Amino acid sequence: MIGAASALLLVTHGRIAGISSIVGSLLKSDTHDRGWRHAFIGGLVAAGVLGNMLAPAAIGAVTQPIVVVATAGLLVGIGTSVGSGCTSGHGVCGLSRLSPRSLVAVPTFMLAGAITVWIAGAFR
Amino acid sequence: MSRDACGRRCRSMSLVLAAISGALFGAGLLISGMTQPARVIGFLDITGRWDPSLAFVMSGAIGVYAFAYRAVLARRVDPWFDNAFDVPKRRDVDRRLLVGAAIFGVGWGLVGLCPGPAIVSSPSSTSALLFVAMMLIGMFVVRIASMRLRSRSHWSQNSAEVDS
Repeated sequence: MIGAASALLLVTHGRIAGISSIVGSLLKSDTHDRGWRHAFIGGLVAAGVLGNMLAPAAIGAVTQPIVVVATAGLLVGIGTSVGSGCTSGHGVCGLSRLSPRSLVAVPTFMLAGAITVWIAGAFR
Repeated sequence: MSRDACGRRCRSMSLVLAAISGALFGAGLLISGMTQPARVIGFLDITGRWDPSLAFVMSGAIGVYAFAYRAVLARRVDPWFDNAFDVPKRRDVDRRLLVGAAIFGVGWGLVGLCPGPAIVSSPSSTSALLFVAMMLIGMFVVRIASMRLRSRSHWSQNSAEVDS
């Protein structure tokens, strides 16, 4: 379904479904094609609202303290901007396209994530 | 249809289809378990109780998209609502890519949220909403920092591009 949704965006708009850059480009003043970006994000939010109504269990709780949540959000924002992508752009679309940058980026963020979970596990 | 020929009706159609892709994408994340941070952390917990199920989700999405991507580009037809495909063309691996991916990985591992699932979860979870707000601040900080650094040496070539 994620693959099909990304493919639909490619066929209709000729774009890569990379969430971080669809969002990130809205923060730039020189982005002219804001319409489809807003619409795509609106679709994501709508899915979230509907999902919460139909199957609340699908949205899992975040159990970490808010300081950790805020730090994580900040790191994800910085990291995806500097590294040009996240799980969708590099992970799904990039790997599918055999992009050399994504083939390097995905193992890098998976490894960093795994090390983080391993270290965080020591504090639990 | 090219962008130039896109009238008012066509433009609203383009927005509707972008919204449908977003909604489908979000539904995919919800169904596959990506919006359950505990499962994402379980997937990253390779040294502990590793839950590999999300790897199948990822492979499934890659399989579908890999096929679709090749099929779509092989047709040599323009996208419906634009004059050309706009896909990342860079192939060089630089330090920015590695550092950025590593920073992202740490943030991902801390809570188990990445940008898509965080946005989908934000209407129903204040934590996810805070996460998204901080993510936007992080993106903005990088943008400001890149602009400041643009005049200096090697950062200047890469800073403007966010490609995938």
